Amino acid sequence: MMHRRAFVGLALAFTIPRNVLWAATGARDVIAIGGDVTEIVYALGQGHRLLARDATSTYPAEARSLPDVGYIRRLSAEGVLSFAPSLIVSAEGAGPPEVIDILRAADVQFAEVPEGYDIDAIVQKIKSVGAALDVPDKAETLARDTRTAMDAVLARTAQSNPSPKRVMFILSTQGGRILASGTGTGADGIIGMAGGINAISEFEGYKPLSDEAVGAAAPDIILMMDRSGDHSATDDELFGLPALSVTPAAQNRDVVRMDGLFLLGFGPRTADAVAALNRALYPA
Amino acid sequence: MALADHLPSSRVTRARRLHVWLACAVGVVGLFSLTVGATDVSLGPALLKLAKGEALTRMEAIVLWDIRAPRLVLGLLVGAALAVGGAVMQGLFRNPLADPGLVGVSAGAGLGAISAIVLAALAPAWLALAVGDQLVPVAAFFGGWASTLLLYRVSTRRGRTSVATMLLAGIALGALAGALSGILVYISDDRQLRDLTFWGLGSLGGASWAKVVAAGPIILISVLVACTLGRGLNGLALGEATAAHIGLNVQWVKNLAILTVAAATGAAVAVSGGIGFIGIVVPHLLRLGSGPDHRPLLINAALLGALLLVLAEVIARVIIAPAELPIGIVTAVLGAPVFLWILLRQRGMVDL
Repeated sequence: MMHRRAFVGLALAFTIPRNVLWAATGARDVIAIGGDVTEIVYALGQGHRLLARDATSTYPAEARSLPDVGYIRRLSAEGVLSFAPSLIVSAEGAGPPEVIDILRAADVQFAEVPEGYDIDAIVQKIKSVGAALDVPDKAETLARDTRTAMDAVLARTAQSNPSPKRVMFILSTQGGRILASGTGTGADGIIGMAGGINAISEFEGYKPLSDEAVGAAAPDIILMMDRSGDHSATDDELFGLPALSVTPAAQNRDVVRMDGLFLLGFGPRTADAVAALNRALYPA
Repeated sequence: MALADHLPSSRVTRARRLHVWLACAVGVVGLFSLTVGATDVSLGPALLKLAKGEALTRMEAIVLWDIRAPRLVLGLLVGAALAVGGAVMQGLFRNPLADPGLVGVSAGAGLGAISAIVLAALAPAWLALAVGDQLVPVAAFFGGWASTLLLYRVSTRRGRTSVATMLLAGIALGALAGALSGILVYISDDRQLRDLTFWGLGSLGGASWAKVVAAGPIILISVLVACTLGRGLNGLALGEATAAHIGLNVQWVKNLAILTVAAATGAAVAVSGGIGFIGIVVPHLLRLGSGPDHRPLLINAALLGALLLVLAEVIARVIIAPAELPIGIVTAVLGAPVFLWILLRQRGMVDL
């Protein structure tokens, strides 16, 4: 820890002009928790005020170089306090509650940003972050731009297809069992926005599907997150699964992989995500 | 006492001497845990300030008093509870694999915690008002107790508890609790699922003085009572019939052992989640080192358990600072290889 302190001090000494700039727009005293929140902070041009971020904040690339305070539900009181922040902007559900109590007792302000999977929710997120960072004008502008972009892309996606495709969002195929998204999730929201139909409407949230249910859902296309680890499966592995092999998606070998935070973040980039998914679903 | 007086005295003396060493080590590790952390705050300078009559900064006061101190106290208590619980269970069941889980505490506490995490939204308003944020630990504690009492009822006939029935019924009850937990896991959403996983790995991250006040007295009293069971457990090592013939109230020892272990580990698991390894390994390490006499063993187990857990807790919070590892990962990753190594080295000498 001492080393890092010394290092940060050294780095600060060499960046005095930027330091002055910080003084103009507010001190460097904010911790952002939640991938979408961090994205909005940067989109508002306030990235220079961030001291640290959580494990899910991976965009933009600058955010990755910030120290990582861990998982949103398991924050470490002392770890967070070691940055001496005056404000934490967090997605819904930061915890554990005892840690939040201690942070509040240490005069750290806490702003919780509401979650949601539609345009109003995105606009509300941007406004909350803007209010917490005390840049309401910038937030207003970004919110207006985002709403305009979303409206435009939704107008296009709504009319582009007379026969909407059935999309199945698969979170993982661990051990051959398919964990798919039902309703009420970010995946369900974005599929609808991009002009598709969620192939699974029988349950809420992410649940393992029985092989027959996969066949009965008859997805035209499979949507997955593009990342390493247990979530990735090659096309051959994927369509080699007996459950999937009988679906229209397997016959056309139709699978779309997109970055998780881009696809499910519901932030300023969501209009682009909707457009990208729409292009992938309905290639011209 | 006649029984114990004829045991080889050198090992008993060694075990007694170990009390002092372990107590000193606990003190050192305790001070160490107050000294290191993610912030630059340290115990020494803060004490110096106090000695000079200066006031501590807000940061120093919060980090030392509200964050590190309750974690240290809970770490000591939980470590002692788990290790003594393990030693008592191994003595009671005369089985080296026994741990507090055998009396149903872990399965019941796990089910309680999972219910609280998944079904919190369905809890009646008065309950939410009464326990506030602490629904999970409260549910874990009562879940652990309920399953222990149930198991105790099932295996007690005409005032006599059958240890064998308890073992088997415990497995059945554990499977049932596991299945109920599975149903709840199935209906949980992905965030709850993550909470469940983390709960199972244990953490002292949510330590607070409120938790110390709630769980501390229960753990302290039951650990102290359990430490008096040494003579009874030594007797039981000869078999129940023999123990009764040498004038031991066997049923009384069983009752006390089961109830104190349930209370101590129930409260420990409630405040810290599932922390494996300490309960099973600490007693074995001590038996290898200083012999199987339960009278010094139980006290040493309390001290060594507290020592190891506080050490693991410090590692958990500094190794990936500013984030924090679940403590169960640290105890298992560091402890298991060490235990294996000691076991293999001593293989020729011991017969577990």
